[in-house]
Amino acid sequence: MNLKHGACRAAVLAALMAGAAPAALFAETPADTLVIADAIDDIVSIDPHEAFEFSGLDLANNLYDTLIELDPTKPGELVPGLAESWSVSEDGLTYTFKIKSGITFSSGNPLTAEDVAGSLRRVIKIDKTPAFILAQFGFTAENVDQMIAFEGDTVTITTDKVYAPTFFYNCLTAGVANIVDMKTVMANEADGDMGNNWLKSNSAGTGAYVLKSYKQNEGYILEAREGHWRGDAKIKNVFMQHVPEGATERLLLEKGDIDIARALTPTDVEGLSGNADIKITTDSGGQIYYLAMNQKVEALANPKVLDAMRWAVDYTGMADTILKGQWQVHQAFLPSGFLGALDETPYALDIEKGKALMAESGVELPLKVSMTVRNNQERMDIAQSIQNTFAQIGIELTLDVGDGAQVLDKYRARQHDITLQTWGPDYPDPHTNASTFAMNPDNSDEAKATGYLAWRTAWDPGELGALAEAAVAEMDGEKRAAMYKELQEKHRDDSAFVLMFQQLQQTGLRGNVEGFYTGGAVDSASYWLVTK
Amino acid sequence: MVFALGGGLLTLALTLLGLLLFTFVISRVVPIDPLLSILGERATAAQYEAARLALGLDEPMWKQFLIYLGDALQGDLGTSIRSRQPVLSEVAHRFPATLELATLGTLFGVITGVPAGVLAATRPGSIADQVVRVVGLMGYSMPVFWLGLIGLLVFYGQLDWVAGPGRLDATYQMMLEFQMTQYTGMILLDSALNGAWDMFRNALSHIVLPAALLGYISMAYISRMTRSFMMNELSQEYITTARVKGMPEWRVVWVHAMRNVLVPLITVIALSYAYLLEGSVLTETIFAWPGLGSYITDALFAADMPAVLGGTVVVGVAFVTLNMASDILYRLVDPRARA
Repeated sequence: MNLKHGACRAAVLAALMAGAAPAALFAETPADTLVIADAIDDIVSIDPHEAFEFSGLDLANNLYDTLIELDPTKPGELVPGLAESWSVSEDGLTYTFKIKSGITFSSGNPLTAEDVAGSLRRVIKIDKTPAFILAQFGFTAENVDQMIAFEGDTVTITTDKVYAPTFFYNCLTAGVANIVDMKTVMANEADGDMGNNWLKSNSAGTGAYVLKSYKQNEGYILEAREGHWRGDAKIKNVFMQHVPEGATERLLLEKGDIDIARALTPTDVEGLSGNADIKITTDSGGQIYYLAMNQKVEALANPKVLDAMRWAVDYTGMADTILKGQWQVHQAFLPSGFLGALDETPYALDIEKGKALMAESGVELPLKVSMTVRNNQERMDIAQSIQNTFAQIGIELTLDVGDGAQVLDKYRARQHDITLQTWGPDYPDPHTNASTFAMNPDNSDEAKATGYLAWRTAWDPGELGALAEAAVAEMDGEKRAAMYKELQEKHRDDSAFVLMFQQLQQTGLRGNVEGFYTGGAVDSASYWLVTK
Repeated sequence: MVFALGGGLLTLALTLLGLLLFTFVISRVVPIDPLLSILGERATAAQYEAARLALGLDEPMWKQFLIYLGDALQGDLGTSIRSRQPVLSEVAHRFPATLELATLGTLFGVITGVPAGVLAATRPGSIADQVVRVVGLMGYSMPVFWLGLIGLLVFYGQLDWVAGPGRLDATYQMMLEFQMTQYTGMILLDSALNGAWDMFRNALSHIVLPAALLGYISMAYISRMTRSFMMNELSQEYITTARVKGMPEWRVVWVHAMRNVLVPLITVIALSYAYLLEGSVLTETIFAWPGLGSYITDALFAADMPAVLGGTVVVGVAFVTLNMASDILYRLVDPRARA
């Protein structure tokens, strides 16, 4: 008996040892490969004209290029991408782009004006979710062949009316405006899908990298292209591993098995501080946390009540504790980093002021209302803090907790009293948030304009709507930025929203990794500048 | 035997049909909209409608089920709503990862669980018995999530005995994808068949910890069952007779009693193996292991029903097959069952 157990133990030990021995030998990542861990299960499609999630857009940014780009080293500045130069006609309706010569796709095909026009037309024709970013300039499947034309090395694009040129250019930097190799894509067309299925596991771009392998919810492998027009990528391969668990990523990073960890939780980040081999970078993300008060509820339409609420949120208290490192105080609808973003934060917790405003409002106290909240830890923490501070100014808040879909359904059906929500911009132009937060052309129930957050919460923005309209048609970039500042101030102080926080992204990197750019609030990640 | 096999196949067919019907109905009553998960909340009504038609979601439910069943019978498990790839090829890619892990886990569970159970049964009340009980209880009651992280922290983070999460290091993963024939999808087997022993050792150092973790859980179950079967056997008269005849104790336990214990034990082991084959979602999450469990769960959250159904079919087939296998083994071990 004893002997047998001894043998058994030895066998188990031997099995463990056999596995154990080689592990230490390969703890470093290969010098020519950038190994990144991230939660990439948000990806629905990697066809650049369909991708609309963070991880998918990050990938597309490294496989494809746009006519105009945001410069990873100079945030907010528009620089030439595949277009050498561009101009807008005097009537503000026609844009002309001269395409750079000598650029090739990963297939070897040269980039032509035909590819550019064909790609932008494809966006409208396949009509996937992000198509609206281009469709808002008046393109339809019927007219797009005329509106987007090419000749020689130039592409001309005609819009249906006058828009601010910066608006149009910013939209052209969005992922949906990536240029694809139309010959290759159309050669792989099936059932009239314009190559949509094929592009879900292949790439056909001019980007710094080419897709070697992609497996949903597992990862992808990229290989740098030689002789890239922007200069070759510094690291030959990119290996993205889907690691959904932050604690696991932390271990991998500490051990040097990955170079970059992108899904760390605040706890992991705290645990990593003090580790000399690791550095943490923090930059802004695009998401905004806000409260929306349904204007169909009489008491919530009272301006004094809305004002009282703005003074009854413990902004810094939450940002320093439960949201530490994940969210920062931000009290305007444009995320910092956007054209015209407003970074002032005049509101702070002031119970006395809140109480006084509630008393002035004339509503019966305590005011009893409910707030819909998604059932996740962070949101519940925020909701409870607000419940606590609101109670101190005479607002009795009951929390109506549901899953994401339930809470969203109620909001879209205008059935909430108050709702705690986040919103992320759809494309890198201020109009994306200005339109949804400050425009609502028809506030009737029948309009069902769920695309406007103002409609969802039954708020009529009045003159702010007109201001937003004017800003999106302003030809002068600086004037336009000033208009958004004014719009945000008015919106912040007098609307059915309380804007609270902007997202932060924390990335963990091995000490030797340099030049990793997450894209911040406006752009996507770039791998080609990274060195290690 | 032939009759048993025929009966088994019939059971398989009926079980699968029931399983599919059940999963299908559940999938349609859950309040998740598959279109919302692929289109996002910014989609227009026209885009929504186009996607609904393209996926055949406008047909009545019974018709959708019949269409699915017809395709499935021809070996077509449909196309994943999210990835637009054939479910069969996705599952065929995920299942070997789970199979490899579950097989090693079960081996570990049997190698440690059976002797531990026997040890506890032969010395009831002794310290050995208490240790087996406590260790088993821990395996039962400790959250896999916590246990996995602690395991990683100790054996990977501190001691450096094993490799980290994932199936291979990046270098080997790229080698596997671009330079090797993947015969089975099981990396241990494929690397051995390719003669890539470095890769084999790397894969082994990656799988050892998650397999040991799953093995520990199955060991907890197997040792407890072994103990109780063995205790029962050891109190039988034929054991007393054997002991009185002066037979060595190891022979009494391991040959005479074990023969009878083996019959119910086979079922226990098969069930525990089948349980691991479903894929352990938490283990897969912590160890970044791209197996069937996380595939089905991800699909479920996205309401990607073809993927959920496809995964369920594979689990169902594995379950029924193991059941049949244990039935056959039963007959081989127990002469009475052959009658």
